[in-house]
Amino acid sequence: MPKDSGIGASSKRREDVRFLTGAGNYTDDINVHGQAYVHFLRSDIAHGRIKSIDTSAAEAMPGVVKVFTGKDFEGVGGMPCGWEVTDKHGAPMQEPPHPILAQGKVRHVGDPIAAIVADSLEQARDAAEAIDLDIEVLPAVMNMKAAALDGATLIHDDLKNNICYDWQLGETDDAKVDEVFANAAHVTTLDLVNNRLVANPMEPRVAVGEYKPGTGDYTLFTTSQNPHVIRLLMCAFVLGLPEHKVRVVAPDVGGGFGTKIFHYAEEAFCTFAAKACNRPVKWTSSRSEAFMSDAHGRDHVSKIELALDADNNFIGLRTNTYANLGAYLSTFSSSVPTWLHGTLMAGNYKTPVIQVNVKAMFTNTVPVDAYRGAGRPEATYQLERVVDKAARELGVDPIALRRQNFITQFPYDTPVALTYDTGDYNGTMDKLEVAADLAGFAARRAKSEANGKLRGLGINCYIEACGIAPSNIVGMLGARAGLYDAATVRVNATGSISVMVGAHSHGQGHETAFPQVVADMIGIDESMVEIVHGDTSKIPFGMGTYGSRSLAVCGSAMVKATEKVIEKAKKIAAHLLEASEADIELKDGEFSVAGTDKSVAWGDVTLTAYVPHNYPLEVEPGLEETAFYDPANFTYPAGAYACEVEVDPETGQVTIEAFNAADDFGNIVNPMIVDGQVHGGIGQGIGQALLENCAYDENGQLLSASFMDYAMPRADDVPFYGVDHSSQTPCTHNPLGVKGCGEAGAIGSPPAVVNAVLDALNSGGKAVDHIDMPVSPSRVWAAMNS
Amino acid sequence: MTQVSMTVNGKSVSGDVEGRTLLSGFLREHLSLTGTHVGCDTAQCGACVVHVNGEAVKSCNMLALEADGADVGTIEGQANADGSLNVIQQAFQDHHGLQCGFCTPGMVMSAAALLKENPRPTEAEVRKYLEGNLCRCTGYHNIVKAIMAASGQDVSSIAAE
Ligand code: FES
Ligand code: FES
Repeated sequence: MPKDSGIGASSKRREDVRFLTGAGNYTDDINVHGQAYVHFLRSDIAHGRIKSIDTSAAEAMPGVVKVFTGKDFEGVGGMPCGWEVTDKHGAPMQEPPHPILAQGKVRHVGDPIAAIVADSLEQARDAAEAIDLDIEVLPAVMNMKAAALDGATLIHDDLKNNICYDWQLGETDDAKVDEVFANAAHVTTLDLVNNRLVANPMEPRVAVGEYKPGTGDYTLFTTSQNPHVIRLLMCAFVLGLPEHKVRVVAPDVGGGFGTKIFHYAEEAFCTFAAKACNRPVKWTSSRSEAFMSDAHGRDHVSKIELALDADNNFIGLRTNTYANLGAYLSTFSSSVPTWLHGTLMAGNYKTPVIQVNVKAMFTNTVPVDAYRGAGRPEATYQLERVVDKAARELGVDPIALRRQNFITQFPYDTPVALTYDTGDYNGTMDKLEVAADLAGFAARRAKSEANGKLRGLGINCYIEACGIAPSNIVGMLGARAGLYDAATVRVNATGSISVMVGAHSHGQGHETAFPQVVADMIGIDESMVEIVHGDTSKIPFGMGTYGSRSLAVCGSAMVKATEKVIEKAKKIAAHLLEASEADIELKDGEFSVAGTDKSVAWGDVTLTAYVPHNYPLEVEPGLEETAFYDPANFTYPAGAYACEVEVDPETGQVTIEAFNAADDFGNIVNPMIVDGQVHGGIGQGIGQALLENCAYDENGQLLSASFMDYAMPRADDVPFYGVDHSSQTPCTHNPLGVKGCGEAGAIGSPPAVVNAVLDALNSGGKAVDHIDMPVSPSRVWAAMNS
Repeated sequence: MTQVSMTVNGKSVSGDVEGRTLLSGFLREHLSLTGTHVGCDTAQCGACVVHVNGEAVKSCNMLALEADGADVGTIEGQANADGSLNVIQQAFQDHHGLQCGFCTPGMVMSAAALLKENPRPTEAEVRKYLEGNLCRCTGYHNIVKAIMAASGQDVSSIAAE
C-alpha cells in the first residue's frame, strides 16, 4: 500500500500552487525602488588585446548613470576557483586571474569588457553602442590538442602554457599498466567526444544589487543554487566585504542544473555597482547572453582502452582525456574532469587496474564547469561505450558481459579512490530486464524491420558518487570549502515548525519532501512543517544544492536537528508527566509514559517550552535546534538503463521508441518527486545524445548562440519513460539511508541511446562501431554510408 | 510614448509604452503581472504564452501596441473564481507536471488553448502541440500526462507516476 503521508508518500507538491497561478517570485520579478539597469558590452572577438576603450561618448548619452571598465576593478579581487587540483608531478594547477571586467585582453566571445548602468535597459544598450573599442585580434586557441603543444599561442600571457594541469589517478606505474594490456587476450579501444553542452535552465540568470548607505548593508538577489556560497566567495575573495553586512537571497529559481552553482562576475558587479552608483542595479540576462556567459558543460575528448582476459574478465582500463576548461577557471571547474570524473572510472565493475589521465586545457571559449552529473556522465559514457564495443567485438551478450564483471561484494574499494558502501547491480539489472521487456525485443525488432526500419537496443549501467561530500576527504583533494550542510528546526509555541535549510530548492520539491521527513519523525501533519531556504539572513549556513546532495547531506542535518528537538521535548514531557525521561515515547504527535495511559500532546509540550511556568529548571526555555552534518562518505546511486530506438535507414533519423530506467537510490522519501527527477535527467541525456551541441568555429565564434541553433529536446523528441526504483540498498552511513536521485537520469541515458543506435545499425549489417554525440541524422547517415 | 489599452484577465488596463515595448514587457513591467515569463529572445521557448482574443500567443513576439483593444488572458487569470486551481492547473499538480515552475505558465496557457481546439488529444497530438514550449526540468513526461488527464482521459496506465 502506498503511504499517504510522511516518508515514502507521494505527497503533492505544495510549491506548485504558486507556480501554477503565476504567483512565483523569481529574481526578475523583483524590482527595487529606484533601481538602474546594467548592460554588459561583451566581446565579439574570441581572443584579443585591448588597446583602448573610450567610454566618453557613452557617458554623455541620455539616462547613463556610470560606465565601468576593467580599470574600475583593478583594486578588486577576481572570480575565484574553489578547488585546487594538484597535477601528477605534485605542482598546483595553473590558476590565471579572472577579472570581473576584462583587463588587458578578451579571452572568449562574451567576455565582458564594459558595463553601462543607466536609468533604463534600453538606454544602457543604446549607450553601449557609443563605446569605442580598439582590440587587436589574436589567434583563437580552439583545439585542445593543438593548445597543448609547445609554442601554441598563450591565452594567459603569465602562464607557462595553456595546460591548467596534467593529472593522473589510479595506477601510477605506466609499466604495470602496459604489462596488463600486453598480457590481455583482447583489448578494445575507443576514441570519443563528450559534446559541449549548455545547461539552459529556462530561467536566465538575474542579479539585483542593493546598498543601504545608512547602515552599510548590501543585499544581492540572485538566481543561485547556493546563496551562502555566493556570499562567502563574493565577500572573501572578490569584493572584500564583511559577510555580516551582505545578504544574499536566491528566491524562486527557475532551474539550475549546475550552472547556477557558480559565482559569476555579474553578481559581484551588481553588488559593487550598487554602492558605486548609490542606486540598486539590476541585470537580467537575455538568452543570447546566457549562451555566452553561463558556464558550459562537458567538452571532453577521450581515448579509452579496456583490457580483457581470455574469460572476458575486465583486467585493465586506461583513459586519456583532454578536458576543456574554457578561458578562465569557473568556481568548481577544476574538480569536474578530475575528482568527479576519474574517481568514477571503475563504474560498476571490479576492474583491478585503472589509470586515468586528464589534461585540462584553457581555450578561447566560455568557461566550462559542472552541468547535471558533472564529470560522472563523462566517465559513464566512456566506460559504457567501451564495454558495449567490447561485447560486440567479442560477440558476447552485452548484459552478460556486464553482469560477469559486476562488483558484488560491499564495501568495495575501487582502484580510483572511492569506497562503495553498498549496491546491488544485478538487482537493478534484473528489474530492468523485466521493466523493459527485454525478452520481447526480438519481436519488436522484427516488427520494425517489417516497416523498413532498423531497431536497436542499448543497455548501460552507471554509478555515481553523490551526497557531496565528506569535508576531510575533499579537503585533501584540493577543495577550498567544506561540503557539509546545516539545518535549524524552529518549533513555534503552538507546535508548527519552520525548518531553515542550507539546501536550495529550484525544482527539486524540497518544500514538500523535507517536511515529510520532519512530520514523520514527530508524528504530526506535514502541513505543520514548512521549510525556509534561499536567504542568508534567514538560514544558519548552507552549501546549497548540487551533486544530488540535498536530502543526503542537508536532509541528514535536518534529521539531526529534529532529533535534538525531540530529545529536549521529551525532557519537558517527562516533567509534565512526572515520569522519567527514559520512559517517554513519542508516537503520532503524543508523548506517553511507556506502559501507562499517561500522555501529553506535542502542542502542549511546545507551548510549555515557550510558556515555561511548570517547567524543569535545568532545561532552557524555547524549542529550537541547529545541526551541521558532514557526511562520512559519498553515496553511490547506481542503476541500469535500456533505450530502444528506430533508425530510418533512408534518412538516418533516430526516434526513441522506449526508455526504461532501473535505479537504486536507497530509501525514498517522495516517489513521485523521484520519478520526476529521473524523467528530467533522461530528457537532458537524450538531448545530449541526439540533439544538443554547443559549437564554435575555428575563430572562436559561437555558432550555437540561441535556441534557433542549439537544439533543445522538445516534447515530441522524447517518449514516456519507464522508471523503476524498487531495487533499494539503503546508504549505510546517513540517517535516512538515502542516496540522491537528481543526476542519475542525465548520467545513465546518453550511452544507452548511442549503444541503441549502434545496435540498430549493426543489426542492419552496417559495421559501425562509434558515432559521436549528438547522433544527428546526418552523422548516422554518413556512418551508414561510409 | 503611445497609449495602449486592453482588457487583461477581465480588467481594463492602459499605459504609455514605447513603440518597441513587447506585450510580455507590458504585462510584466507595467502591470506587474510577473507570472508571464521570458525565457528567450528568439520566440522559441514559450514561457511567455498568453491568450490574445482567445488564441495562444507568444507575448515576447508581439508588440504591446499590437494588442491594443485586445482581450488578453494570462496565468494570473486562470484559477477558478473561488481561487482554486482550474482543471488544467490541478492536473499539473496531481501529476507533477512542473518542477522549477518557470515554463509552467506558458505550458498551462498552451494546454488550455490545445484543449479548447482538441478536447481529447492523443499523446502524439499533445507532444506536437507543445513544440513551441520548452521545459528543461520534467523531460515532458508528466506535462503530457497532466494535459491528457485534464482532458478527462485515464492516464493510470502510463508508465510510472
Ligand atoms: S520568451 Fe517568448 S518564446 Fe521565449
Ligand atoms: S518545470 Fe522547470 S522548465 Fe519546466
